[in-house]
Amino acid sequence: MRKAGNIKAWLYLLPAILFLGVFMVYPLIDVLIYSFEEGYNSASQTSYGTGWFNYAYVLHDKYFLQAIKNTFIIVIITVPLSTGIALLISLGLNSIKKLRDLFQTIYFLPYVTNTLAVGLVFMIMFKKTPYTDGLVNMVIKLFGSGPIDFIDGPYWAKMFVMCFYTIWVVMPFKILILTSALASVDDVYYKAAKIDGTSSFRTFTRITLPMISPMIFYLVITGFIGAFKAYSDEVAIFGTNLNAAGMNTIVGYVYDMLYGNAGGYPSYASAAALILFAIVFTITVINLLISGKNSIN
Amino acid sequence: MKIRFDGLTKRFPNRNKEIKADVVAVDNFTFEIPDGKLIGLLGPSGCGKSTALNLICGLETPTSGKIYFDEDDVTDLPPENRGVGMVFQSYALYPHLTVRKNIMFPLENLKGKDKLTKAQMEEKVLEAAKVVQIEELLDRKPKEMSGGQQQRVAIARSLVKMPRVLLLDEPLSNLDARLRIQTREEIKRIQNTTGITTIFVTHDQEEAMSISDMIVVMKTGVVHQIGKPQEVYDNPIDLFVAKFLGTPPINVFDGEIKGGELYIGGEKVLGKDYVKDTADGEVTVGIRPEGFVLNDSLDGKEGVFSVDLKAIEVMGRDTSVVFEHANAEGRLRAIVRSDNNIDGKSDTIKFNLNSKKVYVFSKETEERLI
Ligand SMILES: Nc1ncnc2c1ncn2[C@@H]1O[C@H](COP(=O)(O)OP(=O)(O)OP(=O)(O)O)[C@@H](O)[C@H]1O
Ligand SMILES: [Mg+2]
Repeated sequence: MRKAGNIKAWLYLLPAILFLGVFMVYPLIDVLIYSFEEGYNSASQTSYGTGWFNYAYVLHDKYFLQAIKNTFIIVIITVPLSTGIALLISLGLNSIKKLRDLFQTIYFLPYVTNTLAVGLVFMIMFKKTPYTDGLVNMVIKLFGSGPIDFIDGPYWAKMFVMCFYTIWVVMPFKILILTSALASVDDVYYKAAKIDGTSSFRTFTRITLPMISPMIFYLVITGFIGAFKAYSDEVAIFGTNLNAAGMNTIVGYVYDMLYGNAGGYPSYASAAALILFAIVFTITVINLLISGKNSIN
Repeated sequence: MKIRFDGLTKRFPNRNKEIKADVVAVDNFTFEIPDGKLIGLLGPSGCGKSTALNLICGLETPTSGKIYFDEDDVTDLPPENRGVGMVFQSYALYPHLTVRKNIMFPLENLKGKDKLTKAQMEEKVLEAAKVVQIEELLDRKPKEMSGGQQQRVAIARSLVKMPRVLLLDEPLSNLDARLRIQTREEIKRIQNTTGITTIFVTHDQEEAMSISDMIVVMKTGVVHQIGKPQEVYDNPIDLFVAKFLGTPPINVFDGEIKGGELYIGGEKVLGKDYVKDTADGEVTVGIRPEGFVLNDSLDGKEGVFSVDLKAIEVMGRDTSVVFEHANAEGRLRAIVRSDNNIDGKSDTIKFNLNSKKVYVFSKETEERLI
């Protein structure tokens, strides 16, 4: 009886296992193997030998180091900022009764808009061309400063646009999650707190925050993962030659190693991808450990 | 501390948009709640009991009227300055805090000269926990406790600041029947030991009758009657109160006063000493189940009032006679002695009536006539 049940269970799982095996486990193993094969040639399918050579190469490649730096800056700036701002906006939304739905829709619009379209809007806002300095520069000029080239100019200006853009793009989803998390906190807790004379700050830190903390942790973890995997946002603003712009990310580096102008190096790409995997894995485990300690249970 | 209401009224815009008229949740409350008593606020669902409590604690502001605590007008005071403790129907314990932290929560809000040291807080928490007998549960989280235990924690949390008034909104409705009886006695005991004026909302009349020093019976925002439970039961002011109090409920008949005597369905059931000078006309007659009395031989073969016998239910201490009558709707019930000699197979049974348990109401206004 038990045995028959077991077989049945495996049968039910079979399609999923097959799919996962073919599209996830097999490529993963393949990547792992590539990353240790020295001088692999995809045309002849041969290599000189095995070892850490690819990792050493990638870790000494200045483009890769630049990509790591960019990725970390984007992650460290955008994840806390976007979550914090989204929380503030959600609190605001939650406290107004009138027009709440309207505002919610407005805040959600960027989410349903294509990234490239949003990128285009950012280009128009920030790009300096022979004819115009861009919308943002016009505003800066009003305050008496010279025009700044955000797209082809100094590193910090480009990074500013990049972070601004990333925050802008991830915000709607976070607001959506947080407003519904806030709305799901039972009003009776606030009534009880009010009768006990709890200040609104304390109500927020001692009641609201702990009650929505699972959702905040969820957003932080997925935010970290998403930001580490950033690539298309960068392309949307700086075009496909990210190395030249100095704005490449780890995923961008992997892509370039495979298909870019300098492409055709699956071994380097694999090594870079596995380094990214190790970073994301470590950070997620740390996140989960912290959230486990602080969770309601 | 006594509480006095003066024309207290709360209107809400109607939730049903098609009805223009406001909902009057609390309608012109004008009465006084004596100091140090346990008061049961009683009424059917949606009659405005919770709204009344919310007005007292300050979560709602009245549309008009005043609330006084002793001689102080508290109508415009914010909740935290009123010195009230409230226990919510769902208890509202903070799920992420331990019992100790939950009870301490109100104390941690104290500021300025009222601020307490950690040790003082611990002491007060322990004191409150002792009153409700949950000292050994202080380090648990709310969800690790039974409904009754959570309820006590909620009471402890509302008591810890030594409120002047304790408000309980349907505190027993989430408990099962046995625990409900146990916990209501607990509430009575806690009220007795603390002496805090306590208002306790329920739609269960038995619950209110059993522990209250005084009950307030209300319907659709209007207070119908206020008094000691037994007095209200014995002397209902109108048909609503008579129907609302008592299990099994009062039996209601169409009757008539003719020539100064009371008739139900052609039978003269009570005479001139009962009716006195009440005018002739059609009336509604309410008879409590214990108002039906058997003849001396206890066989129900003689009596002034005949009914169609349907069933006899033995309940141990006494016996319940289930019957129908042409002038009343549905099944009716009389409670008689268990050592009766009623023949369960007979079709009719005759009762005499205990005039103290018979009430006559106006057909139009439902006011009590006799
Ligand atoms: N915030 C509100 N807005 C509009 N109408 C309300 C509001 N609060 C209560 N009401 C209405 O006021 C009336 C009384 O409500 P209340 O909650 O005081 O009843 P209750 O006696 O406590 O009922 P229950 O026994 O079901 O808890 C109801 O008709 C209700 O619909
Ligand atoms: Mg209620």
